[in-house]
Amino acid sequence: MKPQLSIATALACLLVVSTAHAEIKIAVLQELSGTGATAGTNFKNGVQLAVNEINAAGGILGQKLDATIEDTQSNPGIAKGLALKAVDDGAFAVFGPTFSGSMIVSMAQTRKAQVPNFTGADAAAITQQGNPYVFRTSFTQTVSMPKLARYIAGALKAKTVAIIFVNNDFGKGGRDAFVKAAAAAGLTMAADISTDAGLLDFSAAVLKAKRSNADVVFVYTNEEESARCLRELRKQEVTKPIVGETTLTGQRVIELAGPAANGALAHVGLTTDAPIPAVREFRAKFEKAYKYTPDHNGLKGYTSVYMLKAGIAAAGKLDRVAVAKALHGLKIRAASEPGVLMDVAIDDHGDLDRESFIVEVKNGKQEVKETLPPLTKF
Amino acid sequence: MVDFLQLFVSGLATGSIYALAALGFTLLWQTSGTINFAQGEFVMLPAFGMLALASVGVPLLAAFAITCGLAVVVLGWGFKRGIADPLLKFGLMPVVVATIGLSIALRNGVRAGYTAEAQPFPSLFGDQLFHLGAVTVTRVDVGTLVAALALVLGTQAFLARTVTGRAMQAVAQNTESAMVLGIDVPRMIFYTFAINAILACTAALLIAPTYLAKFDMGESLGTKAFFAAVIGGFNNSRAALLGGVIVGVCENLAAAYVSAAYKDAVALAIFMVVILVRPQGLLGKPIGRTV
Amino acid sequence: MHMKRPWLLVVVAVAALVVMPPYLKSYGLYLISYWLVFVIATMGLNLTVGYAGQASLGHAAFFGIGAYCVAILMKAGSSFWLGLPLAAVGCFGLGLGLGFPALRVQTIYLAFATLGFNVAVWLVMRNEEWLTGGVFGINDVGRPDLFGLSLDGSLAYYYVILVVAAVLAALLWGLLRSPWGKAFTALRDNPIRAESLGIDVRAYTLLAFAIGASYAGIAGALFASLVQFVEPTPFSLSVSFMMYLMVVVGGPGYFFGPMLGALVGVLVPEWLRFAQGWYLVAFGIAVALLMLWLPGGLLSLADRRQARRRARAAANARSASPTAPGAR
Repeated sequence: MKPQLSIATALACLLVVSTAHAEIKIAVLQELSGTGATAGTNFKNGVQLAVNEINAAGGILGQKLDATIEDTQSNPGIAKGLALKAVDDGAFAVFGPTFSGSMIVSMAQTRKAQVPNFTGADAAAITQQGNPYVFRTSFTQTVSMPKLARYIAGALKAKTVAIIFVNNDFGKGGRDAFVKAAAAAGLTMAADISTDAGLLDFSAAVLKAKRSNADVVFVYTNEEESARCLRELRKQEVTKPIVGETTLTGQRVIELAGPAANGALAHVGLTTDAPIPAVREFRAKFEKAYKYTPDHNGLKGYTSVYMLKAGIAAAGKLDRVAVAKALHGLKIRAASEPGVLMDVAIDDHGDLDRESFIVEVKNGKQEVKETLPPLTKF
Repeated sequence: MVDFLQLFVSGLATGSIYALAALGFTLLWQTSGTINFAQGEFVMLPAFGMLALASVGVPLLAAFAITCGLAVVVLGWGFKRGIADPLLKFGLMPVVVATIGLSIALRNGVRAGYTAEAQPFPSLFGDQLFHLGAVTVTRVDVGTLVAALALVLGTQAFLARTVTGRAMQAVAQNTESAMVLGIDVPRMIFYTFAINAILACTAALLIAPTYLAKFDMGESLGTKAFFAAVIGGFNNSRAALLGGVIVGVCENLAAAYVSAAYKDAVALAIFMVVILVRPQGLLGKPIGRTV
Repeated sequence: MHMKRPWLLVVVAVAALVVMPPYLKSYGLYLISYWLVFVIATMGLNLTVGYAGQASLGHAAFFGIGAYCVAILMKAGSSFWLGLPLAAVGCFGLGLGLGFPALRVQTIYLAFATLGFNVAVWLVMRNEEWLTGGVFGINDVGRPDLFGLSLDGSLAYYYVILVVAAVLAALLWGLLRSPWGKAFTALRDNPIRAESLGIDVRAYTLLAFAIGASYAGIAGALFASLVQFVEPTPFSLSVSFMMYLMVVVGGPGYFFGPMLGALVGVLVPEWLRFAQGWYLVAFGIAVALLMLWLPGGLLSLADRRQARRRARAAANARSASPTAPGAR
């Protein structure tokens, strides 16, 4: 080749190589205002903590993570736009949104662009559409509800259940999944009570549950409502077991409900009170950085970044399609990737399998009663 | 029957909360024609103010007093001079939009600047339960109802019995005549704003233990207060209590006996019927149109 | 606006809207489409609020009804081109139906009635899962075809929205130039005097309200195919407030007010995103400050300048006139 041309080629190669040493862009699309703000802010903080840690340790494959954080305002129309923006900006992976509706809309965009998309959203539909780029960060309701229903029928020896749920996609999805799981476990629904998000006065709902004489009351609402519901249950002197899922016995709810929370039981996938040292460490780090105790969304955000890291390590290169493929069927052991905190297996649909816990609130603290092992063999 | 009573009593407590917020709203409208779309946030802000003070060790009642003072200055005088005075002469639209902007700013300011999490709030009354027959009531329920009643009646008495109160009423009924009579109209209007600020502060003290302080607590509270004010009578302050109680009780009864998913629709239906059939509200006086 | 050649600015703007988009990336294109949808909705609201002087705080309800109309019909296999006119006509009818009883009372009570209507409609959208998908909404709403050509792509669909917006704007312009338009303005400025002049206040106000509602319905129909997912959140009361905000900020009663207002409502929060967590605070404060500076909305700035120029010219003329004191 002529000398000028070869220099030009060399320079061009350098340019390509130098741009390849740019950072790994990740887009964090979360509900930072509006109705989903609590969950979204927790998730975002968890992601940020993980990103800072990973960058301090040298990044992934020698490259640092560059996180762009955007607020979806709990509005699917805006979430869609932000997903498009992330794709335009060349994001390597997208984290969020947490709201199921927003997730369903934005994952259509990330799927088109072949960008791995991690989410804490609950709706079962998300992993049922054959999208090879979506990955969950927590159990779906279709996994957790059967576990819970079996516990209620078995350990609590109950026959009938009254369910109090919040009337949004999170609550209704959970209620639908629970009803199905309850039927499979031989339970009948004694009462089916919907409540509004942000409901202040639970007297009508609790009264209905009380009058139904169900063996167990299942509460599936957001945090503040869970606290108010627990208080009302205590006020109306409901003595039957009160059971829920992760939110019911969260640290926040315990704080807000006070003594009314004692005795509540829940099936918990991720909890900062798990008897696992790595989780306790995470909690301490989070509290130090953000000055409050994280909820399960913080755990989801944190572990999701490390899942991405494990996926990149498994693929061996920074190629989105390859990383997505590597993540399917991947078993990530906490021993080799401490950031995931607990062993986790990702299946071909993007769903997770992990151990989970049945906790009871005693004296204002979560106590693990039982550990339910994952179905996958590690 | 017992159920009905239980729901009724709980509804009274919740309703008295709405009534407090509605009262200030009504007063502002009466005396200065200001519709404050940030009323809910005017309750949310003092709640966080008191929390902030409590977190540095100030006891609750002292924090309340300090926050009241701050509220009068910022949400009373500041709001009046900053937004109401310059904009009222341009009609209702600019004030409405400015207060919408203000509510967005306040809500997100607390969210970004303090926390997005719900915060527990210490209660004045304590959680003891007691039984009236077969109905269970907490001290908080009773305390809130009594306090709200006292405030509403106290405000009514102030307006009807004191010279200042009567002057404020005069301003509400006919500003020009009041001016001609030598009443210091701007000062009377300021007193209304100040009273609104204090009422909001008290509402925060009473509501936050149950509602839990959260940056978006103002949204639904503001809407319910609005409904309560209109149902009761937008131009009568005692009516705010009636309106609030109606909303609170009907919600509960609707949730239990009609449909939980549509419980808001009951208050709404009452609201719509009142507007169409008796627009001045149940206790209000009819407003004529000025030419 | 009283510029030398105001139509020149309009032509340039329209040309930009036609020519620029192919150069935009997907996010920019989405934003512009989103903006145009809100322009259509606020044009309708401007008619009701700015020209007819009514207060409507439930516009998002009609927006939502239009959106669900298209979503439900398309899911059932019908065409977008059936859903769109149905949304328009349906919302017009609903506007008449809601306005008729509500307008018997004072202005401020129309505001309350529309507010109540919005909440009621939102409740139905959320609860009636068999019809609207409830909280889960309706996903994968399609986009229209025209004579077999699919308008699915972002750019193609943008042009659909642009054409509809242009047609509706032209119709509105025509309406406002007509005797009906003059009647609307008379209504706003002094309804009692208008009545005394023989204008049927009730009928015209009702008409303005219903037309406004049908514009919102059309905007909603376009929105459904833009986002391709319909659920109750974007049709709540706070969105009605936002739309009202957009009209007043742009300038109520000015034809181009909605374009500016929707720009502020849709794009300014985006531009402010650099402020991280504080961007909505900045937006709220900006709106309040804007009202303080320009209570008549952004477009009143032009009028103010005009008025100031005239006042200055008059003052100069006065001091230059031979009869002025101090003149030679």
